Amino acid sequence: MHTHAQQTSVPPLVRDRVDNFHGQQLLYVGWDHHTMICAPIALLVSPELRFGEVIDDLLPASAFALHPEWPQIDWARVEWLLADRPFTPERSATLAAQGLGHKAYLRLRTPALRGIAGSGA
Amino acid sequence: MSSIQSTVFMALQTNDDTRPIIEALQRDNPDAVVHRLPAMVKIDAPRRLVLRRSTVEEILGTDWDLQSINLNLISLSGNVDESEDEMILHWNR
Amino acid sequence: MNTQDTRRPTGKKLSLKEKYALMTRGLGWDTSYEPMDKAFDQLGLEGIKIHDWDKWEDPFRLTMDAYWKYQAEKERKLYAVLDAFQQNNGHLNISDARYVNTLKLFFTGITPAEYNAHRLFAMLGRQFPGPGAAIACQMQAVDELRHVQTQIHSISQYNKYFNGLHDHTVMNDRLWYLSVPKSFFEDAISSGPFEQIIAISFALEYLLTNLVFMPFMSGAAYNGDMATVTFGFSSQSDEARHMTLGLECIKFVLEQDPGNAAIIQRYLDKWFWRGYKVLGLVSMMLDYMLPKKVMSWKEAWEIYFVQNGGSLFNDLSRYGLRMPKYWEQSVAEAEHLSHQTWNAFYNFSGAAAFHVWLPSDEDMAWLAEKYPNTFDQHYRPRIEHYRKLQAEGKRYYNPSLPMLCQTCQTPLIFTEMDDPTRTSHRQLEHDGDTYHFCSDGCRDIFAGQPDKYVSAWLPAHQILQGNCVEPGAEAAGDPGADALRYFHVVAGQDNLDYEGSPDEANWLRWKGLDKTPPAAAA
Repeated sequence: MHTHAQQTSVPPLVRDRVDNFHGQQLLYVGWDHHTMICAPIALLVSPELRFGEVIDDLLPASAFALHPEWPQIDWARVEWLLADRPFTPERSATLAAQGLGHKAYLRLRTPALRGIAGSGA
Repeated sequence: MSSIQSTVFMALQTNDDTRPIIEALQRDNPDAVVHRLPAMVKIDAPRRLVLRRSTVEEILGTDWDLQSINLNLISLSGNVDESEDEMILHWNR
Repeated sequence: MNTQDTRRPTGKKLSLKEKYALMTRGLGWDTSYEPMDKAFDQLGLEGIKIHDWDKWEDPFRLTMDAYWKYQAEKERKLYAVLDAFQQNNGHLNISDARYVNTLKLFFTGITPAEYNAHRLFAMLGRQFPGPGAAIACQMQAVDELRHVQTQIHSISQYNKYFNGLHDHTVMNDRLWYLSVPKSFFEDAISSGPFEQIIAISFALEYLLTNLVFMPFMSGAAYNGDMATVTFGFSSQSDEARHMTLGLECIKFVLEQDPGNAAIIQRYLDKWFWRGYKVLGLVSMMLDYMLPKKVMSWKEAWEIYFVQNGGSLFNDLSRYGLRMPKYWEQSVAEAEHLSHQTWNAFYNFSGAAAFHVWLPSDEDMAWLAEKYPNTFDQHYRPRIEHYRKLQAEGKRYYNPSLPMLCQTCQTPLIFTEMDDPTRTSHRQLEHDGDTYHFCSDGCRDIFAGQPDKYVSAWLPAHQILQGNCVEPGAEAAGDPGADALRYFHVVAGQDNLDYEGSPDEANWLRWKGLDKTPPAAAA
């Protein structure tokens, strides 16, 4: 049987390929056990951005900074994960240089801080 | 499969058309359980539920077309078997 | 299909079976200018084998003449109620104006889906060569169009008095959370004919629509909304037939060829999970949005999915089918779903076309009673914190964009069941790119058809690509303001909290509850 449906051999449309972000890329950041921020956030960043700028400039302008425990974060003791793998960021290196590519998912863990009234929120 | 006791149900709008239908269902299905919710009546039965035209006609005292149940039926569950005389909902196992 | 039927009318009244045979199968014919497989060219694509279409039978044996008769009667009843509703200012008799926000969600999320269902069944009726199946699909196509029209008519009375109901078609195309139901239907309508009918008639109608219509419409009645109960039950009276179509369809396909079962199970696994994810919105309506509550999401899931679905799969096990993959997870998540979904809308109410509000003490007592295992422990502290902030005039709005699931398009708001405050996240690499998911179910669906889901239109990403600007309008430079205008959400009117909204001010005025003096004329 010969049909129109079988003739399609065009490559699929990858709507979120990095080229569509005009030189920028996506970086997702989640804060474990702080569900007041209802989902990890999506940031538009330059691959040349230094990691320190994410902490110093981008996150303070994000939902994270509105969490009551934000001022208590001890940044020296934050545990970082890249998706599920432990990750050691370098503040002065760029995202690209430390493998944080398009659509990387970064998680921070603050074991001393357990969310609103210790509820994980 | 699952340990669920298989239940069929029929849900009808609460109105005057369905009163004799619900009564007929109760009369012909002694195991049926009737739940009255806002605007709706849900009738549950283990495995099988039968609606007989003759019972509805007896309650109404006049002819009744079984297919007119389509006007007031909200939902159902189970295999459907319908003729002019009865509508059966059932699970085979 | 035979063109000769010996069962000719003899003058006496036909039995239901005779009439059905004459007016369905008796109307079928084989093509002669073109071979049948060319006329029905999508049938072989999915690997489903059908040997005898005549085995298809509608158990209601509804023929077109009876169909028109009953549908006309339903319409007469409905429009009589709508007249009465308008003439008696029925919108003033609802329990509370907060209730109307459930209608906003229904009208922008579900009504356009009914229209897509109409399109889908019109196409399906064309694709099935069996007249029994074709006629059932044709009736359903007309039903779905009727649902769209009656919903627009019913809700137009509310649109005269409340905000957020003015532009449901554009909102459905563009508004971020509506991409969840929209993508569900577009996924279905771009599938093969058997997948379409399993997706909509079986997985959605049979397994899941009871969750939308039964508790929600009963809830509408309980909250004094006569118009919605009436269109809801008028629609739902068609659903009983649609559900029966779904069950007959699945039995027919399974009985036709033993090889069909594996394909059908794959469709069931996929469409159960796709449908379940859309129902997150319904869970929030039941638990957080109905001022007078009928039943909790957890109770509704227990009755309509666990009990009813369990009975169904007991029955279908004779064909070798099992419950859909990950159904146990949906039961565990019933303790959390509405709380997590509501929190997402509390976070992003600046970008929604309906209002949110904090649960009252009474609401929270109800939630604690219905969710004894989770509410006080995980969700009450968050709400109390929000309440404290609001009292201080520091209402928390999430200013960021959320990470979305590539398959169901929901933000990653769900958590791990063994650690209920940690975000549930899955990812996989495909063709050099990374894709993220809210669950194993969504990841599996992507992995089965990656070429389909790599093209997903994810609202957060579209905003960041600069594509969410109203055509013809000048960009404001603020992506949030641009996106709101692109969604056709009027800032300060349709969005934000119910408290302080024009809806609230109007309601208090109409009900004579307004304590503030009228503002001086400008």
